[in-house]
Amino acid sequence: MTRRILLDHGSGGMASRQLIETVFLPRLNNPVLARFEDSAVLSAGAARIAFTTDSYVVDPIFFPGGDIGLLAVHGTVNDLAMQGARPLALSLSLILEEGFAMAELERLADSIGRAADNCRVPIVTGDTKVVPRGKADKIFINTSGIGLVPDHLVLGADLARPGDTVLLSGFLGDHGVTIMAARAGLSMQSAIQSDTAPLHTMVAAMLRAAPGGIRCLRDPTRGGAATVLAEIAASSGVRIEIDEDRLPVRPGVKTACELLGLDPLYLANEGKCIAIVEAGAAEILLTAMRETPEGRDARVIGTVTATSSEKHPARVILKTGIGGARIVGPLSGEPLPRIC
Amino acid sequence: MSLAAISEGFRDRRLAAALTERIRENKAGPLRIMEVCGTHTMAIFRHGIRSLLPAEIELISGPGCPVCVTATGDIDLMIALAAKPGVTLATFGDLLRVPGSEGKSLAMARAAGARVEVVYSPADALDMARNTDGLVVFPAIGFETTIPVIAATVLEARSKNVRNFMLLVSHKVVPPALEVLLSDPELAIDGLLCPGHVSAIIGEQAYQPLVAQFHMPCVIAGFEPLDILSAVYMLTRQAGRGQARVENCYGRVVSKEGNPRAREIIYRVFKPCNAWWRGLGEIPGSGLELQEEFRDFDARTRFELPAVFVPEPQGCRCGEILTARIKPPQCPLFNTRCTPTHPVGPCMVSSEGTCAAYSKYGDL
Ligand code: SF4
Repeated sequence: MTRRILLDHGSGGMASRQLIETVFLPRLNNPVLARFEDSAVLSAGAARIAFTTDSYVVDPIFFPGGDIGLLAVHGTVNDLAMQGARPLALSLSLILEEGFAMAELERLADSIGRAADNCRVPIVTGDTKVVPRGKADKIFINTSGIGLVPDHLVLGADLARPGDTVLLSGFLGDHGVTIMAARAGLSMQSAIQSDTAPLHTMVAAMLRAAPGGIRCLRDPTRGGAATVLAEIAASSGVRIEIDEDRLPVRPGVKTACELLGLDPLYLANEGKCIAIVEAGAAEILLTAMRETPEGRDARVIGTVTATSSEKHPARVILKTGIGGARIVGPLSGEPLPRIC
Repeated sequence: MSLAAISEGFRDRRLAAALTERIRENKAGPLRIMEVCGTHTMAIFRHGIRSLLPAEIELISGPGCPVCVTATGDIDLMIALAAKPGVTLATFGDLLRVPGSEGKSLAMARAAGARVEVVYSPADALDMARNTDGLVVFPAIGFETTIPVIAATVLEARSKNVRNFMLLVSHKVVPPALEVLLSDPELAIDGLLCPGHVSAIIGEQAYQPLVAQFHMPCVIAGFEPLDILSAVYMLTRQAGRGQARVENCYGRVVSKEGNPRAREIIYRVFKPCNAWWRGLGEIPGSGLELQEEFRDFDARTRFELPAVFVPEPQGCRCGEILTARIKPPQCPLFNTRCTPTHPVGPCMVSSEGTCAAYSKYGDL
């Protein structure tokens, strides 16, 4: 049987990870790539440069709260911010389908321009390709970005330690539910919209407040908060306990989850950040987050409880609303392709 | 009140603690309670209900996931149909990754060029048929809960004269399978946690024969954690008193008679036939096929698809999982060769599969 690429491989969950591990790591092997961080950190003389790239294929291209252009700017800015980097510049590459409406392209260009302005990050280079009708779907966007990492700052998914506090910057699942509803033609009563937003200003505020107190920052996009937390637990060799009652989920998202049988922990977010921080710095960091619009609803959702052992393997454990406990594993399978 | 607010009410931590306390006080001794329905299995795991119960109460999972019990041969038929020129297979997403024989799945068939589209309802599939010239085939799987909706779609297709819409029917009804399970002394089931949605259609009455024949405590439960805990409490109470009867703790949805109108629509469109259940084999009268007058909508007839028996994937013990003979960690492939990303059997694929639940939520 011919082995082929399945949609699962792009889910951002376990299948994506396995694809990189089996196809690319052995062939491209280098220590920077092997860290699996949202962006690579490279040294250039005294400077440390964060470098990242991401492609956007979301369907539909316009959705409540944003569009593919906005996502392409915010997503890459956020990948830089998750390494604590101050974004310096972005590139923008487009793959367009023959016949794509010029008016829609202009609308997206407006939105990209405005997003870059708001983020104060210039788009300094780009590329455009057009493929025959039917060979791509409307528009695919790739953006890459570079940023400057503050001296001595090291953040990583392998740095969580027992006693650390887990922070979440706001409500879970808004983007995932928005796309799903748009796709299924459901009109959500409570007008949920995508949370797409740049996080670098909030991260800068956190770094000013307690630069030494942050261990790891991650934005829970595809795969959701569950996958990010599971990766941190595995990389750091720790057990993380989170509390269902503390997870912020909007009523409309909750309803959609009940109706569609989804778990908000696995839904995509496009403007949220999970931070593993030293317990002593948690209060200061929370205050700093809450002073920014993106972190207004930030809160503590759990703690890193212990180092893993043979008997107690690295896991994320959810204390459920009724007082039970269960594991939160990484996303497997494809809940919804082309979410970003 | 919003749906979210209603469900909050069934997730109160103090009430849950009070109920578990009463379950403990019942001291019903070792009890094996089978939750028949896959949605129950998922709810039990998702809310960590096992972690609240005393060790001597064992919740075992039954054959109530429609994807899991769909025979390998039927999955092969779906894959074969999707590959036919001019055919689009419009399916619920859950079926995509279920392995047929030789590990092939609809997802792989799609990657190789077959037209497989995910739909959220049979009505979507019918819409798709209206908007295309090709033939749209909808794999009709599921129990009493989903069958009425699918039957209504067939009626709609007929009244609107949609000629390019067909079903590949693998529907199953629950009571005959329960009878087979309860007749098996090896399983030693002490009580049934009866499915909420299915019971809304078939009613409390459907379990009376099981009570009479097997002296089996039966409690119908909803899907919120407190629903499930209350039902477990009622089952321990019956067991403690040596009783066996049907109790309904999902009265807000399930009545004594069930939903006669839904049953009427089911049997207007379908009639009973024998069916293959993965793990249980062929059970007389446990399946449905289209009535003669709806044969135009039957992909099996149209394409003269034979009902072939195909053995389960090698090494996969889903059959024993579905009949609660073993638990997933006892399968040598569990979490080694069989994982949610590389499933060997359907129980690992379906969002309501027992192996998927163990792999995703189990084993703290
Ligand atoms: S673990 Fe996999 S192979 Fe084993 S019974 Fe479950 S689904 Fe089948």
